[in-house]
Amino acid sequence: MNETYNKTEASELIQEFGAAPEMLVQILNAFVDKFSYISEEAIRQIADEVNLSRADVHGVVSYYHDHRTKAAGKRLIRICQAESCQAMGSDALTAHAEKSLGLQMHSTSNDGEITLEPVYCLGNCACSPAVMIDKQVYGRVDSKRFDELMSAGD
Amino acid sequence: MAAPIKVFVPRETSAISLGANEVARRIQERGADVEIVRNGSWGMCWLEPLVEVEVNGERVAYGPVTVDDVDGLLAADFLKGGDHALKLGDVADIPYLKNQDRWTFRRCGLTDPVSIDDYRSNGGFDGFVAATKLAAAGVIDEVRKSGLRGRGGAGFPTGIKWQTVADAAGDQKYIACNADEGDSGTFSDRMLMECDPFCLIEGMMIAGFAVGADRGYVYLRSEYPLTRVIFEEALQTARDAGWLGEDIQDSGFNFDIDLHIGAGSYVCGEETAMLESLEGKAGIIRYRPPLPAIEGLFGKPTVVNNVISLASVPDILIEGADKYESYGVGRSKGTLAFQLAGNIKYGGLVEKAFGLTLRELIEDFGGGTATGRSIRAVQVGGPLGAYFPEILLDTPLDYEAFAALDGVIGHGGVVVFDDSVDMAAQARFAMEFCAIESCGKCTPCRIGSVRGTEVIDRIVADENRDANLELLGELCDTMVDGSLCAMGGMTPFPVRSAVKYFPEDFKG
Repeated sequence: MNETYNKTEASELIQEFGAAPEMLVQILNAFVDKFSYISEEAIRQIADEVNLSRADVHGVVSYYHDHRTKAAGKRLIRICQAESCQAMGSDALTAHAEKSLGLQMHSTSNDGEITLEPVYCLGNCACSPAVMIDKQVYGRVDSKRFDELMSAGD
Repeated sequence: MAAPIKVFVPRETSAISLGANEVARRIQERGADVEIVRNGSWGMCWLEPLVEVEVNGERVAYGPVTVDDVDGLLAADFLKGGDHALKLGDVADIPYLKNQDRWTFRRCGLTDPVSIDDYRSNGGFDGFVAATKLAAAGVIDEVRKSGLRGRGGAGFPTGIKWQTVADAAGDQKYIACNADEGDSGTFSDRMLMECDPFCLIEGMMIAGFAVGADRGYVYLRSEYPLTRVIFEEALQTARDAGWLGEDIQDSGFNFDIDLHIGAGSYVCGEETAMLESLEGKAGIIRYRPPLPAIEGLFGKPTVVNNVISLASVPDILIEGADKYESYGVGRSKGTLAFQLAGNIKYGGLVEKAFGLTLRELIEDFGGGTATGRSIRAVQVGGPLGAYFPEILLDTPLDYEAFAALDGVIGHGGVVVFDDSVDMAAQARFAMEFCAIESCGKCTPCRIGSVRGTEVIDRIVADENRDANLELLGELCDTMVDGSLCAMGGMTPFPVRSAVKYFPEDFKG
């Protein structure tokens, strides 16, 4: 479960990386891990404490897919869309997921429970199609297994 | 009292993705007096979770084991090697493994990946010890003689790269390991780092020793969270045991490694974009020259090597360059860890000397498609690699033979598609992926990829098909000739091969 952003903890996090500009990507990764996303306020604070301009920090945040600027749902479901998984029916799996969850890719349910996103390769290509739920990877996921994984998390 | 029975259950992403953790837990709960060892994977992913039991000093394998099989296995006395439908016997006798040329992956599956004692007792760090005896110039000579080429995809001779960095002026040099394994169909970096992480550490130490670098970085993609955990454990263990840090094992050599995690950008697998990201910036590629070997990380001379290139070095120093060089064909020397993926019956990792044919790899090892339908297309070398039709499957896996067909071996990923594939959709996806992942620095890649999807849409919709096919060809030429890196420069490879070998799919 992610914590709510607060300035003191955020500052401690930045200090863990020595507030070094060359650690900016790592700092932002740590923000996402801890607070789920990088807020406008967080960008301001990081810029201030790492001694970069807000534009510099924003430029990095907007470049990387992982550096989300909106809260993710409590469960982050990522379905691999790359070639190996395509060869094993990831399109059908994605269609099933969108329908059963009532969610489009790149969106979060209204109750804030689930975020559904594409991912391009989880390195589980001998067991396609692959799905990642939070930090756990699942292999050979067909529609049935997907439903089981979803109900297991309820 | 008898010692507990050792049961090996892999702690590796693919095995865990199929339930290895649950299997390990269940065996621990139900089996009296067992010691669970979380080993690496042998790379036979279709048999995962593959469980081994030590019986009279020999390991007996069972697989694929699901959590529901555990009670039945216990009833069949599998803890004493009892017969069961899932019994596989000694893994070394399984043809898939037996017929490989395991070099870089020789310890994977055998050992507990984070046990430094296991590593040491299986030849670990002997390569580093050999390096200190050879001295720096001797190490570079051996690596050059071995014929090792960059396993990340570009195939540049590793020894020449190391020599360039060694010769470059500067008191600070770096080793930057590229573990941003983003190509679909590839997982060998992940497997090596999860199943034998000390081997990469040792390879980086040797590289540092050879070129005069005291600091290494590993850039690992964020999509590999378990790899991160295992590699962090290995780094700490190595430090605690005096294999990283100052004056390593009284050699007078200092070396340590920092692990950086990527943030979901495919193009950060390109070496200069990776260096930018390691410096905390957006992963936008740099112009070359200067080469990273001259001006790399923080402007200092830097060896940028893939995980497998570095991990292949320790055994080159133990076994000798001649031995490594005796594997392979032509200018493709040594072994490559091929990865069988996509629609394949026996998916997994196959480390084999260069020179076998694509068909031998897919049919003899892979057993054909998982769906049982006929093979229609095979993409080799990731999303920037060409699609090969069935008639070209007898092509030998050799860098030059693939280049002659406008293909690449790349990082060794092989993705098989059956006859249900729509190749126009695959060509479109290549362009779409490039549009999503382009760093935006150069126009042919940033704009060309978007135009590419639009042109393919028009072709499929039968709007001026012939003129648009010609336009697509010209667009591909522009991207190949005008892009700054492989992202835009090679996206046309899958597109062109789809049009060339599967023209019927572009007829609407």
